[in-house]
Amino acid sequence: MIPYILRRLATGVVLAVLVTLITFWLLSFSFTGVASNILGPASSPEAVEALKDQLGLDRPVLVQYFDWLWSALRGDFGVSFFTSESVGKAVTVRLGVTLSIVLVALALSVVVSVFLGVLAASKAGAVDRIAQGTSLIGNLFPNLLIAIALVVVFALNLRWLPATGFTPFSEDPRRWAASIAIPVIVLVINGVANMSAQIRGTMIGELQKDYVRTLRTRGISPRSIVYRHALRNAAAPALVVLSLEFIAMFGGALIIENVFALPGFGSFAFNSSLQGDIPVIMGVTVFSVLLVVSINLLTDVINGWLNPKARLF
Amino acid sequence: MSTEVALLETDKAITASRRSAFQRLLKDPQAVITIAFLLLVLAVGLLAPLIAQHGPNESSLNAVNAEMGTPGYLLGGDQSGRDIFSRLLYSIQTAAVSAAIGTGVACIVGLSFGLVGGYFGGRIRTVIEWIFNLIMTFPGLLLLIVLMPLTKGDFRITMLIFGVLLAPSIYRIVRNVTAGVKNELYVDAAKVSGLSTLRILGRHVMPVVRGPVIISGAFLMGAAINLQSGLAFLGVGSTEVPSFGAMIATGFLNLYVHPLQFLWPALLLGASTASLVLLGNALRDALEGARPKAAKLGKTKVRRQLAPNNGAAGETPRLLRVTDLKMEYPNPAGAPKQVLKGISLELKAGETLGLVGESGSGKTQTAFSILGVLPPEALITSGSVLLDGRELLGLREKDLRQIRGKDIAYIPQEPMSNLDPSFTIGYQLVEGIRTSAGLSKAAAKKRALELMERVGIPNTHRTFDLYPHQISGGMAQRVLIAGAVASRPRILIADEPTTALDVTIQAEILDLLRDLQQEMGMAILLVTHNFGVVADLCDRIAVMRDGLVVEEGDVMQVFHQPQHPYTQKLLNSILDESQLREDPETLVVTGKEQQ
Repeated sequence: MIPYILRRLATGVVLAVLVTLITFWLLSFSFTGVASNILGPASSPEAVEALKDQLGLDRPVLVQYFDWLWSALRGDFGVSFFTSESVGKAVTVRLGVTLSIVLVALALSVVVSVFLGVLAASKAGAVDRIAQGTSLIGNLFPNLLIAIALVVVFALNLRWLPATGFTPFSEDPRRWAASIAIPVIVLVINGVANMSAQIRGTMIGELQKDYVRTLRTRGISPRSIVYRHALRNAAAPALVVLSLEFIAMFGGALIIENVFALPGFGSFAFNSSLQGDIPVIMGVTVFSVLLVVSINLLTDVINGWLNPKARLF
Repeated sequence: MSTEVALLETDKAITASRRSAFQRLLKDPQAVITIAFLLLVLAVGLLAPLIAQHGPNESSLNAVNAEMGTPGYLLGGDQSGRDIFSRLLYSIQTAAVSAAIGTGVACIVGLSFGLVGGYFGGRIRTVIEWIFNLIMTFPGLLLLIVLMPLTKGDFRITMLIFGVLLAPSIYRIVRNVTAGVKNELYVDAAKVSGLSTLRILGRHVMPVVRGPVIISGAFLMGAAINLQSGLAFLGVGSTEVPSFGAMIATGFLNLYVHPLQFLWPALLLGASTASLVLLGNALRDALEGARPKAAKLGKTKVRRQLAPNNGAAGETPRLLRVTDLKMEYPNPAGAPKQVLKGISLELKAGETLGLVGESGSGKTQTAFSILGVLPPEALITSGSVLLDGRELLGLREKDLRQIRGKDIAYIPQEPMSNLDPSFTIGYQLVEGIRTSAGLSKAAAKKRALELMERVGIPNTHRTFDLYPHQISGGMAQRVLIAGAVASRPRILIADEPTTALDVTIQAEILDLLRDLQQEMGMAILLVTHNFGVVADLCDRIAVMRDGLVVEEGDVMQVFHQPQHPYTQKLLNSILDESQLREDPETLVVTGKEQQ
């Protein structure tokens, strides 16, 4: 078990190095633009060159990259070109905001999807059609439109929730809940659409299997068959969708955070990319790659535990 | 059949299935409406230069926030005095180009690498897998924004990169399908007959891959349009390009004063992406057949007008009496298919009845009807199943559950698939015992261990904690037998209990059943196609053919003086082999039954 995790972590580190290298190489084409961005539109070419020299941007790309990598491996991600904030600290603060939204949304999506998916698969008929119809809504319309529609109704017209902004949990839990309510609902609508259909399909497949019939001949209650046996067997494929959904929600948060002006990871990445804040972009890239790698690893480990045949420990 | 003919045949079959899939699509209103809508939108978008009276970026002071219906401005003007109608039409072009580039790149990259990766294994596949894992690790949206300085805000280049980021989803589908097709016999035949790899991929693999790729293509187009509008909404990319996202962003700022400016692009964007998703669903139905339908777990469907039958008055009720049982399955093409055509059977306490017949004669379906565990689509149209004179057909699931496991127990044919792979053997036995006997957890565990010992499982304590995949088929069958006899049922229905096992183990299992029967005094309904098993174990025999019992009687009597020509035929086909008892394996009448 532990060798397996170590091997996977090593693969993850290699992937992170490759991804950051490619990102850095691609960024290197715009170094001049970045320097003139910092100095403003009226800057002279000489001043731009001087700044590039000062920031070390005129050195060979590989030298710069390994310089960055060496610091990063020691936990030093540099400081922002624009705000002089420590990148490591800035990224973790923003990550906290996004994770609080994504994790709440994910947990709610799982509960609703399992409920809808299992209900649809085991009750059939009208219940199935209603559950499927409900989940289709999230598939039909872009997040952006759903987000705006909810803002218009709940924030602007009903004034139940704030339209934009974020209150940290530590400051005021109630206002925190209100500030993330609409973004969470948008992500949940989308997450439920993706996950409940998958859970329904897997559950239908499980309920048609031989062992279900044999359990019935033993007099086992339908509740135990559906919720204990079939759901347990449907859990592994559902978990894979869950991990994909987590990554998708993380990406989707970019647009959501901008619509709702939330100081999260996505809007942070967005703004620093527009400015060309290279240390921040690199920091953001590293953290998102590591996040994806650890989610995938976690999924595989839990999956191994869920499926006795693939159990590693 | 020669290879040439075989290849021709598959080609014909593929052409036929393609045609019928297309016909199915044309009959599906969901597909027709969405295709028509999307084509209409596309046509209007392409004709924009002819229809629109103004350029998309042409602003005029007179048209600033113009109302709907202002001359020359059908839908009014936005805050910069640009014609909303014209911008809407040109936005369609942007969306269409985005969808085409994003989906096109994803399909080309995913398809070509998927074919190669799926067809060739080994190092080539390992390398390709690595590359696609790398792509999937890229923070997609982030990358698109990071690359802004490179793309210079051109949404077409952005979409090109997005296409590469989407490619893994297509790659995975194609790789899996190709790897599956590669092992098909007809591809082997094509290889042997000297067709080049390229031709095999083109003629035999492509037709199979095409369906899934077309389906994902529809969904990817929606995703590409979504992404493009999202980025444009955020202000990524050139402001010169009219797009739904940019229009929505402008309209959003003006939402209170001029809500319609927001409404039009939002409506068109929503309707287009919704159409693509609905079209994708319709395509999936047409190309992959109907998706699995949900079914309620529970009561077997019984036609309502069935009169409850409580046996003839004055007669002592048999343990189990099945009378004139008719059952059918619906057929999507036409008349329902009748599977049981009037089965009548009797089972006395303690006796063993062999239910014999060829595959598809309805033996297993009869067993399932008695247990009330038919698939949900099955319909019992007439007949009765009496247990001690009590009608079982039409009983509520709740009441049937009291009978199942306690009075009637069941041993399946294929032991492995009949154990839940996710729970230990001990857990499954304990759950059954607790349900049927109402014992405490500890008592049930004790009983389970005793039963395991009784059915001949070694190391009971260790095996108790094993999962089904960790034991052999013979052991699994013993576990299932232990579970079935746990509550000393009066009737045991054994559906070909030895078919899936090795010959040596078959004899052991039959001995075990015989011993258990003597010990517990239960009646056994033994479904089999093996006359050796019948001769070994049964008192009476019922011969089934095509949903009917053609002959029933004492085993010896039927063996020596078969009355029905079908029974004679069956027995003759065995008696050609002179060793009746020594070698039960050669007595098999037909192949393994399909249940």
